[in-house]
Amino acid sequence: MSILINSNTKVLVQGITGSEGSFHTQRMREYGTQIVAGVTPGKGGSDFEGIPVYNTVAEAVKNHEIDASAIFVPAQFAADAIVEAADAGIKLIVCITEHIPVHQMLKVVQVVSQKGSRLIGPNCPGVISPGKSKVGILPNHVFKPGPVGIVSRSGTLTYEIADQLSRAGIGQSTVVGIGGDPIIGSSFIDILALFQKDRQTKAIVLVGEIGGTDEERAAEFISQHVTKPVVAYIAGFSAPPGKRMGHAGAIISGGEGTAQAKAQALEAHGIPVATTPHQIVELVRAVVPEREARSRTHLSLR
Amino acid sequence: MRLQEYQGKELFRRVGIPVADGKVALSAPEAEQIARELGGPVVVKAQVLVGGRGKAGGIKLARTPQEARAHAEAILSMTIKGERVRKVLVTKAVAIEREFYLSITIDRAAKKPIVIFSAEGGMEIEELAKTYPEKIIKFHIDPLIGLQSYQVRTALYQAGIAPSLMRSLSEIFFKLYQAFVQYHAQLVEINPLALADGKLIAVDSKFIIDDDDIPAELAGWEEEELAGSPEERAAKQAGLQYVKLDGTIGIIGNGAGLVMATLDVVALKGGRPANFLDIGGGASAEMMKKALQIVLSDPNVRGLFINIFGGITRCDEVARGLVAAQQELGIRVPMVVRLTGTNEAEGRKILEAQGITPVADMEEGAAEIVRKTS
Repeated sequence: MSILINSNTKVLVQGITGSEGSFHTQRMREYGTQIVAGVTPGKGGSDFEGIPVYNTVAEAVKNHEIDASAIFVPAQFAADAIVEAADAGIKLIVCITEHIPVHQMLKVVQVVSQKGSRLIGPNCPGVISPGKSKVGILPNHVFKPGPVGIVSRSGTLTYEIADQLSRAGIGQSTVVGIGGDPIIGSSFIDILALFQKDRQTKAIVLVGEIGGTDEERAAEFISQHVTKPVVAYIAGFSAPPGKRMGHAGAIISGGEGTAQAKAQALEAHGIPVATTPHQIVELVRAVVPEREARSRTHLSLR
Repeated sequence: MRLQEYQGKELFRRVGIPVADGKVALSAPEAEQIARELGGPVVVKAQVLVGGRGKAGGIKLARTPQEARAHAEAILSMTIKGERVRKVLVTKAVAIEREFYLSITIDRAAKKPIVIFSAEGGMEIEELAKTYPEKIIKFHIDPLIGLQSYQVRTALYQAGIAPSLMRSLSEIFFKLYQAFVQYHAQLVEINPLALADGKLIAVDSKFIIDDDDIPAELAGWEEEELAGSPEERAAKQAGLQYVKLDGTIGIIGNGAGLVMATLDVVALKGGRPANFLDIGGGASAEMMKKALQIVLSDPNVRGLFINIFGGITRCDEVARGLVAAQQELGIRVPMVVRLTGTNEAEGRKILEAQGITPVADMEEGAAEIVRKTS
């Protein structure tokens, strides 16, 4: 098991002939992802390395069974692409694109949920179920199959943490990058609920950062609905208020969204918070059952 | 993009929210001239983006043009919470009878715009929330249909607003929502929204515009925000995400989350980061060179920590940029490079040929740069 995607997931790529789309379609395929079709308006009828390309998502859906769409189109067309996928009935939409206007996303998330689709992102690295499938841009070599679910607002930081875990012999069930924007389709809570139900997942790593209150709400949710062990890391203790730290959503405003407040909320609900990305490995070792025996070493928590 | 008060008031004017007459001055004589043209008492206000300028002495009432000149002179030489005052707004003084608070922002958790209104205004919203929590009224706007009249009515009744003010206040709600939508704002705030001579008037303005969606008619307005930091301007032109901080260790990394984590780890080891700089995913050697130029242009930088986790970004590409920059710029401060991931071996080889030995671990690298700079 895994969440969101597995080896049977049939994937459409919107923007398949663009530079990002074509590059990552190849990487996804190398990983074993079943890419069944692509969409680029104006390129319908052609193919990309044997993958049929359509002008519209509706046409692709008519000709193929599609479970998920990966969106690589430029920011000015991305909101339209998300709604197009939802309107065609695609259940899982993963939007990699960064810099989509917030006012557009406010409308898009409402329409997507009305249509009954699930959106991951935008401005995210995507989803990987190691050894099975990848929908997104996460680097293939970092991840190993195993019992730990990771949910994160970041890209590279997630790779860093997954890499540490993999090197320590701890694999991952599914890794989900939910995105660094202020308005995103799926929050921590949505993904935590899926990990709680997933049999492969034995422990969960939550990687948060400054901005908003999603981590605080996740802490509350975990204490009530998640019985599996959760450990966390929060980035941005050194961030000044009022400044956007790279991600559009990573900003402390009106006294809200500090790393301190998030770490406190998590710890108040019994969720250990690592002080460095490396420390995540120790924290996970302490809670993953099959590793417990050989990780009875001293553990320093914040 | 955050706007100065005078810029925000210009946008209020464009959507029909009343503001007092006034103009911006860059010098004391200019302030005197504006005060003379306006006639009567004026208020001289420091144009800064930080809060709390009133308490810092950045807002003064002047009864005569001479007094306006003297206040402008003093205010223009001030630095408020680290921000140097470059401009003052000279505006007609109004006799305030009553103050309200009104803002529209984005509620990230609800994924909707939220209106915040209070019949008590004039203090910062955080303070207001503490002092009069029961007087703060909040409601969401459905972005698909926009602000509805009944919502405004409900809020105003709830706040106990007198019938004589209902209509004019309601109009301000709609005009503020228009500004919020039209200018792609993440926050619009009128505080205080004042009642003066029986009329409503916006005495202050606060605007945050979506950086990913700056309307064409506001092209060039970001100059105000960038004026204080030449490094931030250079980074923006180069397409890099840079934030200046007040420490001494320059930081460059790939990925916003990783760079934030790097700052934290450096701080944990006892160092003080001088900046945040994200070169982004798949950065080229040229990008790396530009990043180094920007970080090193900060005179406070006494050491450099470069933290690269190669995913999409290739370590050899970063190493080439680093070597090129070193040869062109001549990096004179101690430097620690952490390099791991895609094409790590090639990157390592390139650096080692130049006498730079990269470390593989981020905590080790952070500890080393702190040691080298202390």
